[in-house]
Amino acid sequence: MAERDSRRPVLAKPSNPHDSAHLHVSGQARYIDDEPEAANLLHLAFGQSAHAHARITGMDLSAVRAAPGVVGVFTAADIPGANDVAPVAHDDPLLADGVVFSMGQPIFLVAATSRNAARKAARLATIEYEPLAPLVRYEDAQATGSLIEPTQVMARGDAALRLSAAPCRLVGSFEMGGQDHFYLEGQIAIAIPGEDGQVHVLSSTQHPSEVQHLVAQMLGKPSADVTVEVRRMGGAFGGKETQAALFAAAAALVAHKTGRPAKFRCDRDDDMVMTGKRHDFRVCYDVGFDHEGRLLALKLHLASRCGASTDLSPAINDRAMFHSDNCYFLPDVMIVSERLRTNMVSATAFRGFGGPQGMLAIERIMDDIAAHNGLDPLDVRIANLYSPGRDVTQYGMTVEDNIAPQIIARLRETSRYDARRADVAAFNASSPILKKGIALTPVKFGISFTTTHLNQAGALVHVYADGSIQLNHGGTEMGQGIYIKVAQVVADVFAVPVGQVRITATRTDKVPNTSATAASSGADLNGMAAHEAAMTIKARLVAFTARTFGCAEEDVNFAGGDVFAGSERLPFGQLCRKAHIGRVSLSATGYYATPRIAYDRATHKGRPFYYFAYGAAVSEVVVDTLTGEHKVLAVDILHDVGRSLNPAIDIGQIEGGFIQGQGWLTTEELVWDDKGRLLTHSPATYKIPTASDRPKYFTIALWDGENVEPTINRSKAVGEPPFMLAISVFSALNQAIAAAAPSNRALPPLNAPATPEAILSAIKGHRAA
Amino acid sequence: MTVRFLLDGETIALENVDPTATLLDFLRYRTARTGTKEGCAEGDCGACTVLVGTLDGEDVTWRAVNACILFLPIIHGKALLTIESLASAGPNGGLLNPLQRRMAENGSSQCGFCTPGFVMSLYGRAIGASGFELPIADVIAGNLCRCTGYGPILAAGEAVVKLARDDRTLVAGLEALASSETVSGELGERRWFIPKSAGALAMLLAEHPDARLVAGATDVGLWVTKGLRTLDTLIFIGDIAELQHIEEPPESLSIGAGVRYADAHAAFARLHPDLGELTRRIGGLQVRNAGTVGGNIANGSPIGDGPPALIALGATLTLRSAGRRRVIKLEDYFLEYGTQDRQPGEFIERIEIPRPMPNDIVLISKLSRRFDSDISAVCGAFKLTVKDGLIAQARVAFGGMAATPRRAAGCEAALTGQPFQEATIANAVEALKGDYAPLTDVRGSSAYRLDAAAGLLWRLWRRAEGETVSVLELENG
Repeated sequence: MAERDSRRPVLAKPSNPHDSAHLHVSGQARYIDDEPEAANLLHLAFGQSAHAHARITGMDLSAVRAAPGVVGVFTAADIPGANDVAPVAHDDPLLADGVVFSMGQPIFLVAATSRNAARKAARLATIEYEPLAPLVRYEDAQATGSLIEPTQVMARGDAALRLSAAPCRLVGSFEMGGQDHFYLEGQIAIAIPGEDGQVHVLSSTQHPSEVQHLVAQMLGKPSADVTVEVRRMGGAFGGKETQAALFAAAAALVAHKTGRPAKFRCDRDDDMVMTGKRHDFRVCYDVGFDHEGRLLALKLHLASRCGASTDLSPAINDRAMFHSDNCYFLPDVMIVSERLRTNMVSATAFRGFGGPQGMLAIERIMDDIAAHNGLDPLDVRIANLYSPGRDVTQYGMTVEDNIAPQIIARLRETSRYDARRADVAAFNASSPILKKGIALTPVKFGISFTTTHLNQAGALVHVYADGSIQLNHGGTEMGQGIYIKVAQVVADVFAVPVGQVRITATRTDKVPNTSATAASSGADLNGMAAHEAAMTIKARLVAFTARTFGCAEEDVNFAGGDVFAGSERLPFGQLCRKAHIGRVSLSATGYYATPRIAYDRATHKGRPFYYFAYGAAVSEVVVDTLTGEHKVLAVDILHDVGRSLNPAIDIGQIEGGFIQGQGWLTTEELVWDDKGRLLTHSPATYKIPTASDRPKYFTIALWDGENVEPTINRSKAVGEPPFMLAISVFSALNQAIAAAAPSNRALPPLNAPATPEAILSAIKGHRAA
Repeated sequence: MTVRFLLDGETIALENVDPTATLLDFLRYRTARTGTKEGCAEGDCGACTVLVGTLDGEDVTWRAVNACILFLPIIHGKALLTIESLASAGPNGGLLNPLQRRMAENGSSQCGFCTPGFVMSLYGRAIGASGFELPIADVIAGNLCRCTGYGPILAAGEAVVKLARDDRTLVAGLEALASSETVSGELGERRWFIPKSAGALAMLLAEHPDARLVAGATDVGLWVTKGLRTLDTLIFIGDIAELQHIEEPPESLSIGAGVRYADAHAAFARLHPDLGELTRRIGGLQVRNAGTVGGNIANGSPIGDGPPALIALGATLTLRSAGRRRVIKLEDYFLEYGTQDRQPGEFIERIEIPRPMPNDIVLISKLSRRFDSDISAVCGAFKLTVKDGLIAQARVAFGGMAATPRRAAGCEAALTGQPFQEATIANAVEALKGDYAPLTDVRGSSAYRLDAAAGLLWRLWRRAEGETVSVLELENG
């Protein structure tokens, strides 16, 4: 490996860097906690539940109230409107009312003159609990039928019948852990009371509109009285889609009650205890296949621990079912999805949104089939790919844009997969302790919110009389580069340099009723909306120019910062000045709703996705069979972003997504005790990848193609799909472990994350079997 | 008394200092230097990385440290650089230094929240700060990024190797702040001291036997930021030059208790490469730039990484109090969980480690979920003295296997006097099972710990047989 260097694609022309890059590297980029503090600012802390499930029988907060610096202490009874910060199901109280459902759940809220005063005071409460039996383990919730919604079934054909007729059949099960988002900027909100009962909230949120609506309902006010603003987040990854509302509502409540600005900056450990994570899953399968490894029938059971409330778990678990095919045709299939209600912090959105869990399930099944039949897992994968005549998903959508076969073939060749697989086998034959493994896994990820109405976006573009442009849209910036991508779209419409577009903070008073920046859809939706707004203004300018210069509208052209009208040429700024004097509106909104999608959740049939994004990765790993340690040695990625809006930004998403996925499947382990206490609530115990975990050999190439659908620039969404490329690491680890006992044809019993302990246990299990 | 330090060369004087107020809070909320971020407030993410400079003869030694767990008195008499010290962003990044420019251009930042911390770590490397000789990935092992996957950051670090600095005026400023007198202060009932000599420390401890000794605060810092504890009497021992001496006579290594791990690194690596590798994996560079070898022993943690290795190597401790010194074996220091053999008024002065002989077989291995900046599930250390094919002496010690770092008596007995061969190792692995009854906790189950400890003994054997036994060696090989 040492002779090969890391490679990143050489780009034809440099991409625009992230719009805030120069501010990031100089410490000048402002996050919410960097705003100057008002002299009368109050700082907040929650009093948290010491039980995962209990009735509160008594609460003495006098010591909290008497603590130094404390200005106010608030409970559920102090909430003027709805005691609710839930996105859909109204089952997430801001402050517990009578019963607590998870360890660390907020019970009361302290406002004090300093953050430390608030935090110290919050620990002084005397709360009496009548403990109730906590449901923590899968089997506890299953035994009592504790669910957040009825079990969902997505099926086609007759899996049972076809299973019994299949030439080969396997049953298996495994588990995969959840994942903490570990955004570097913790949850934070500041609420500033305005005149006449209004409130302005700075919230580190992916979903300003939802925060606005929840704050308004909590205060018993109309939405119009609440403005939510976010310039940027210090990372989010889904963890600030619904989870930010808790802190924003707490700050708004105190601002409302005291008339003073209030800031809630959550401590890291409290954040990890109190906010939701990726769902963990327990997977069972019964699969029938032929001797070539072609899947004939599948019964798949997906159980996930959704935690104490509904949150977004229905849609997340739906997406797990949608992606249980990944790139493969499942002829006769029954997917049963059991959504368990447990006394843990409610699981929530996280990059991939259930997709990774469904995809890991089917990829493990592919590995299991290959092991059973003694085949190269890649050949089994290829045999099962969607293909003409076998191109309808288990939810009834025809896969029209399938490029998985081409991507796999190309990557197989460029990564020298076959030669390296032989090298790995040769290495293993002569290495008794260290064992290598290599795997190629593909990704097909559906793009759109599966809740159809969310697929809409708005934008607001102002062109000023000097030709400078302000851009606003509903998308939020969490580091993914949506602001620069959308700014490019607008700059291109007017043919001006992107620097002429001033990107502004996302605010609910500029663009209303927005969807969360989620589901990888941010640039797709907001880029189109901003494009429309810009085109509206451009059309007015074209008409004005044609009128003014007496030429046909077709003869008006924008290029290189200038406007051409027949033989006339003038700078864009001059035209804007003229247009303003000519009384032309230079401001417009834009709106976009994704076409072609329709889905019936009752039957789990339809076209939930506008299109699919594809990719594939080859990972090579080495495992130490004495200790269970492993190292990812080399990774090659080929990924499809359509015609990229910004290749450098997209490559950053691919690389970062992959490493985050690698963390999910290797070092990042959430440990809960049987009382429902999260033991890994700090970076001391919860280990996201560091720089040295990044494989030293790492190449990324972009697939040269364009979206078959008319998306903005024919690009494809990139936020989530690359995360699942890391499944290749897990698959390669299985190969390496299997090499520890080559006479055993079964797949090693490896659960995710593949910690040293999990790997050593799988080696033992594999050798014993 | 006043806490004084140099911020961008300007003297900052703070009165009535809360001795456990953190540097990070001071920077962010009292000077509006908000470029330094809080990511975790426990020294694990590096978003708060700043550079602290100390006078070193005619020069300034810079160290990247975590401001979030650095108490203000610790920077008394020192110089400080924050992200704001480097450059401010012009409209086109024109005022950025070459490192910042490279990072801005190559996609080193996404959300940007961790970025100032990375800039400070890499800037430190570029100006020759402590640890600059390490590979880039080691220099930033204490900086977490959740967005980028690290590739561009590593590339920027590789590209910008050296940046010039002129610290001549700073040297004069630091000289003006320097003093050999004990510095002290109080806030209400709470008192704090910064002694400058071991003698002064001994006297202070005699007077205040309940005082908490603080060197780098990499542990005690969390008592405050996470435990919200109020500490009454504090003695900051980071400015005692005598405790920071490293002596390397031919037959041993003598390390002052106040030697930071970063400063011990090279000497440890010379003593044995495994000890160097272990040191590389203790915390991130920011933690090793603050945390000391003595502190890692004194706090008595069952999972500290230094003690098992040093016990296996046969280290001794010198404990000192006013008027008395005594030397004990390191393993005898750890009495039981939470209790050590340190009498009121005593402090650890030195650690003496005999050098392994050429015929000694040494293995020191740390097992953790993540290679860098993690705490051991199991840390195993072995020193076998082999003469004429026989194991004349065996020292085996583990961390993470018991309530204290402890030797494995049964395993040692099974090895001692036996031929160095596979069957002996197999017997020793069996015996090892009787030596420990480890806990199941957040870092690993009891069963895993026992299996992995046995695996390390096998690793020793396999390595002696000439095999590559570590995935890290394979990666780098």
